[in-house]
Formats: sequence, C-alpha cells, structure tokens
Amino acid sequence: MELGTIDDDELDILLNDLLEVYGYDFTDYSRASLKRRVNRLLQIDKFPSFAEFRYKVRASPEYLKRFVEEITVNVTEMFRDPFFYKVLRLEILPVLSTYPLIRIWHAGCSTGEEVYSMAIMLQEANLLQKSLLYATDLNPDVIKKAMAGIFPLSQMKQYSENYILSGGIRDFSSYYSAKYNHVKFNEDLRAKVIFATHNLVSDRSFNEFQLILCRNVLIYFDHNLQQKVFTLFDQSLEPLGFLALGNKETLRFSSLSSKYNQVGKEKIWRKVA
Amino acid sequence: MEKSSIRHHCSLLIIGGSAGSLDVILMLLPSLRPGLSFPIIIVLHRKNSFDSTLTDLLASKTTLPVKEAEEKDILTPGIIYVAPADYHLLVEKDGTLSLDYSEKVNYSRPSIDVTFETAAEAFGPELVCLLLSGASADGTEGLKVVKKHDGIVIVQNPVTAKVAYMPQHAIADVVVDRIIDASEIDELVNTL
Repeated sequence: MELGTIDDDELDILLNDLLEVYGYDFTDYSRASLKRRVNRLLQIDKFPSFAEFRYKVRASPEYLKRFVEEITVNVTEMFRDPFFYKVLRLEILPVLSTYPLIRIWHAGCSTGEEVYSMAIMLQEANLLQKSLLYATDLNPDVIKKAMAGIFPLSQMKQYSENYILSGGIRDFSSYYSAKYNHVKFNEDLRAKVIFATHNLVSDRSFNEFQLILCRNVLIYFDHNLQQKVFTLFDQSLEPLGFLALGNKETLRFSSLSSKYNQVGKEKIWRKVA
Repeated sequence: MEKSSIRHHCSLLIIGGSAGSLDVILMLLPSLRPGLSFPIIIVLHRKNSFDSTLTDLLASKTTLPVKEAEEKDILTPGIIYVAPADYHLLVEKDGTLSLDYSEKVNYSRPSIDVTFETAAEAFGPELVCLLLSGASADGTEGLKVVKKHDGIVIVQNPVTAKVAYMPQHAIADVVVDRIIDASEIDELVNTL
C-alpha cells in the first residue's frame, strides 16, 4: 500500500470487517465516493499502513464511531433548496392538514437541520400540535446532535436567507436563542420529534407515514440498494402519501415509479396506486 | 515538453476550469466535431446552487448533446456532461457517474480534483484531463493522480489564460504532457 491510500481489495476487506464485526453494511454504497472518504480518513488520522487502520477499526468500537461519522456524509443545512421547501409549504402541507394526525419520517436526517426546518413550517401552519416527526439516521452520534438542536451561529445568516426564500415571513431569529458562537433552537420545535437510529440498509419499516423525506442519501447507494430502499419507503408510505428526495435524486428509474406521480418539477412523488 | 500531437487512446476527456475559463469553453464548443468517439465531462466552478442555466448556455454552442450530469448516468461517447452546481461529480469504475454532497474541496463544490482523481482510477491511461484558467489551486492534486495512473495531462498556457493562477499552480507541481494556448484547444480535442 502506498501511504495514505487503500486499493479496492483492501476496501473490500474493510467493508467485510465492518459487516462481520459490527453489522454495518456499506457494501452496496457507491464505490468512488466511499473509497474517497475512507482514504480521506486514513490521511487525516495518519495511519502508517492499511493493516494498522484495519486493526484499529476492528478492535476499537470507539474508533468505529469516528469511522462511521467520517465515512457517512453529514453535510446538511436548514431549508436546503428553499424552493423545494416552498412547494412543501404551499402544496404539501395543505394536503397533510386534512389528516387528524400527521406522521412524517425524515430518513437519514443527519444532524437534524431539515427536521427543525420542517417543524418550523408545521408550527407556522398551526399543524405542529397534531404532527409526529420521526427523525432517523444510522449514526447515533449525529442523532445526539440533532436532539440537542444546537447549531453554529455562523450559519444563521444563510439559514435565515433560505427561510425567507422558502416563503417564511417571521423573524427567523425568534426560533432560537444565541449563546456565544452557537444557537439553540426552541424546545417546542422538537416536542413532537422522535429521534432514533435506523439503518436504511438493514432495518425494516416501522410505521406508516403520509410524508417521507430522504434527501441526498440515495446518491451514495448503488442501483440495487436504491431499489431496496425505495421498497422500504413504499411499505412505509400510506396511499396518497408523499416521498421527497434530494434535488439530484429520482424515482423515475425505479420499478415502483408507475405507482407514483411527480408533484410539479420538484423531487416530490405522490403514491397513487 | 513535447509539441507533437497526443498519441493516445482517449476514452474520456475532462475539462476543469474556474474564473476565466467559461469563455474558453464557449469558444471551443462550436468547433467540436460531431460524433466524438469519447465523452466529455466539464467541471466548472460556479457561484451558487440554484443555477442550472450553465448547461443551457453550453448546449446552445454545440450540436453535440449537452446534459447536466445525473447520478448513475452511463458515460456515453459524443455526449458532454456538465457537473451540477453544489455537488461533487465522481466517476465510477463501471463507467457510471456518482454525485456527492460532501464537504467542499479547495473551497469548491464541484471540485475539479474530485472528478480528476476518481476518473484517473477508473480510466487510467485512457483518460485525458485539461485544466483551464482559474484563481484556485483546485485541479493540481487531481492531475497528479491522473499522471500516476498514466493518464494525459494538458494545461492551458498561463500566458493565454485570463487568470493564470490555476494553470500556473498545476505546471509548477505536475509533470504535464502539454501546455496549450486557448486557440489550439479545439484542434487538440478533435484529434484525440
């Protein structure tokens, strides 16, 4: 091995270890991205050889936590793609408002920024009280961060602009209190959120929802794994429920696409059959 | 530095550029010959995430099909793929494309390095990479990996680049196969 990079065979060995020792299955992730992130970690943590890296991953559950956090992409933001949120606000929430209890699943929620965005929109539509949001991720550490609802103050300018572009008309700063370099979002926003770990690769459907959001998760999966996850979402979606994906993701090539209609130009599909 | 033409089997051409490179690409596109025997990927630094007009602009300059790259796209000869704003574009070994919304690299997403590096692993000696004008260090690390896998590295002559920094940075750090004036690029691409 050349210092700082692993080859495909070594990546296979590592992925096998993760599955065998910890039950984490990354074998159906898109290779180029996964390999890039493993090599990035190898360089940051300055492992002298693959053998030492492998030993550390196998032997140390503590290091495994770091590994999972660094390998999975946890880049997210509030009201990301504001026009997507505008469609949710103007077209999807009015439909959801007709239900006595609204159930929403944020699958692969990472540190929770999009969950808080949804809670803010539900609160503004007077729907939060009758809503239940499930926010899940495979990584327990990001779930802890999501539960805390504490984000860097430096992000708030961008988030506030996104919020306004999404159709928000309140003072965005009324949703949090700032302390030093961080802000904490209001407790009432997460009163209706259930945070839990859930692995889309290996865990099953656990409820039925009217809206599932899974944004920029499927781009890391290969075609077969995408199909598997679409089936999981289909099993977890009520008739006439909505599935919302990331800006570059599509249901179009899935075998389920005939059961769904796209809502306008956004990456939102409604289950019609 | 050889001045002779690049004798090489090209299965993929990637063009990376930043500030000052759009004009070069707009000049190149109309003179591309129809039915190129390889796909082209264009990775350009852009200001923001809502902008998908770049693809339309590029498409208006050539008869070759131009599309914004989507994940799982299968690289097909004669098609020009444009890296979408705000995602990294990666090349898989099976000749498909992946997108990645991870941290910016060299303050950029898409990063030229990311596409160069992954394509180098996937296409090895059949890859040709061209780095244009820019004010960023992006591209240099990627070109090193391309060289390591015996790919061909071509850099715009900094003298003819609107912003010399990016090609200069690459030339200082990578053994490039050719330094090329903006006006020669069409001929080079058409004879690859």
